[in-house]
Amino acid sequence: MELSEQLLQYLLSGLSTGAIYALIGIGFSIIYNSTGIINFAQGEFVMLGGMLTLFLLETLELPLWAAIPLAVLLATITGLLFERLAIRPLRKATPISLVIITIGGSILIRGLAMLIWDKDTHAIPSFSGDEPIMLGGATVLPQHIWIIVITIILISLNKWFFNHTISGKAMRACSYNPRAAGLVGVDVRKMVLLSFMISSAMGSLAGIIVAPLTMTSYDVGIMLGLKGFCAAIIGGMSSGIPTVIGGLILGILESLGAGLISSGYKDAIAFIILLLILFIRPQGLFGKPESERV
Amino acid sequence: MNVLVFVGIHTLLAIALNLLLGYAGQISLGHAAFFGLGAYSSGILTATYSWNPWLAMLVTASVVASVAFVIGFPILKLKGHYLAMATLGLGIIVYILFNEWVDVTGGPSGFSGIPNLQIGSLIFDTDFKNYYLIWIFVLGCVLLSVNLANSRIGRAFRAIHDAETAARVMGVNARLLKVQVFALSAMICSIAGSLYAHVMTFIAPPSFGFNISIELLTMVVIGGLGSIYGSFLGALLLTTLPEFLRFMNDYDIVFYGGLLMVMTIFMPGGLVRGIPQLFRKIRGSGKDKGNANA
Repeated sequence: MELSEQLLQYLLSGLSTGAIYALIGIGFSIIYNSTGIINFAQGEFVMLGGMLTLFLLETLELPLWAAIPLAVLLATITGLLFERLAIRPLRKATPISLVIITIGGSILIRGLAMLIWDKDTHAIPSFSGDEPIMLGGATVLPQHIWIIVITIILISLNKWFFNHTISGKAMRACSYNPRAAGLVGVDVRKMVLLSFMISSAMGSLAGIIVAPLTMTSYDVGIMLGLKGFCAAIIGGMSSGIPTVIGGLILGILESLGAGLISSGYKDAIAFIILLLILFIRPQGLFGKPESERV
Repeated sequence: MNVLVFVGIHTLLAIALNLLLGYAGQISLGHAAFFGLGAYSSGILTATYSWNPWLAMLVTASVVASVAFVIGFPILKLKGHYLAMATLGLGIIVYILFNEWVDVTGGPSGFSGIPNLQIGSLIFDTDFKNYYLIWIFVLGCVLLSVNLANSRIGRAFRAIHDAETAARVMGVNARLLKVQVFALSAMICSIAGSLYAHVMTFIAPPSFGFNISIELLTMVVIGGLGSIYGSFLGALLLTTLPEFLRFMNDYDIVFYGGLLMVMTIFMPGGLVRGIPQLFRKIRGSGKDKGNANA
């Protein structure tokens, strides 16, 4: 293969992993914007998406079209329970105790997943076969196209929800000023709950669409979650386009790094970018400077 | 006896993290990295380059402290969740380095042939001797920390913890102090790492991964933030508990996660404060009911 073809290949596969990071990153941002919490358990919902789908497919032998929505539903219920049982009892907590409780939650969810299923890596069948498609010298799997299409749909839905529905507008109001939102009649606690449900649904769906490519196991959530966070940081914790761009930048850089430098250090790239952004531009690549990030 | 050696090493690490988290109020989810840097650096200097172990320990500790001092400035500018993520990223980068720099670290299969420590003809090669060796270090560290915590600097730390802005107004150089305690904390971890390497004579990356950072955090939180004896209690509990929980195999992680959450919700002050409080409640509920404000 020529270098240009290789580059195209890396670019295409980077785009699809980047789309996944973007979805997870938006999940982080939605919760952060409505509560000020960085949910360290975000990655576990991604894992739950993949593992639940696998469980529904193989153990209960449901067809794929039924397994996916059911898995998303179950993950969303888990998100709801998580908010109710862990976050709400702590509403007036310090950032450190919130960090600790979401870490505790993520360990618990991961451990329970290991307990219920096992420690093995599992494959999920692709949505529509594994016949590669040629695209200008590079090959693309149908699953890559599924990922891109589903991501575009989800992001448009997300945009529509926040701009054109009353709940979405109420959630935005909470992110600007929860007290003021409460005064004009927004049920802030319900919005917090809703933000946890939306982001666990998005996270689990991201986990489902990526599982046929990368396989799934009880511990995939750590890395995927952290990289999603990195995407959100590049996008300045926005729940819109900047985070999507952040995810794509990260996905492409990783795929180029793995292809041209070394696949072993691939995972380090995300964290080096994360540190650089936090050190140099904590407001994100596209944001305006703020006095302090708290 | 072997377990008590580990209790000692974990106590050193927990005290180090507690100085940062409990006293200065700065979270770190990457402290296992400093522990690992100490262990690998001591191991490589003594086994590959045949340095004197004591000299290697000293040089390593000063280098790790200096590195922490330098990266402390940009890292500690961040707060709360951002600081948590940045330190986490740092920890993972170091962990990846241990795994991938195979020529120097031995990679995933580990690094062996590290000599035991030695004073004259006394070689620390049994659990019994190591027990005394480690606990002398622990004692020194406890003395240092207790004195530090009760000194002018310790009071300044607590002022930063409670209200950073107020502390700065009162003339506390908050930024420099935070970086100094970060460096001190890293140095203690590095010494603990060197000791660990010489006691075990074999080290591998999983001993210095993300899970270990979380385990340290659990020890500090369970024992009690801002209490040196609490750190000892947390280390004792979390190191001996797995011995009793052997029947749970890998599932002890579920237990850790649950414990972390339950403690944060119901006993945010940790065991050292929670247990006396519990006693007072039990005794108080019978005797002086009318004296609720006391």
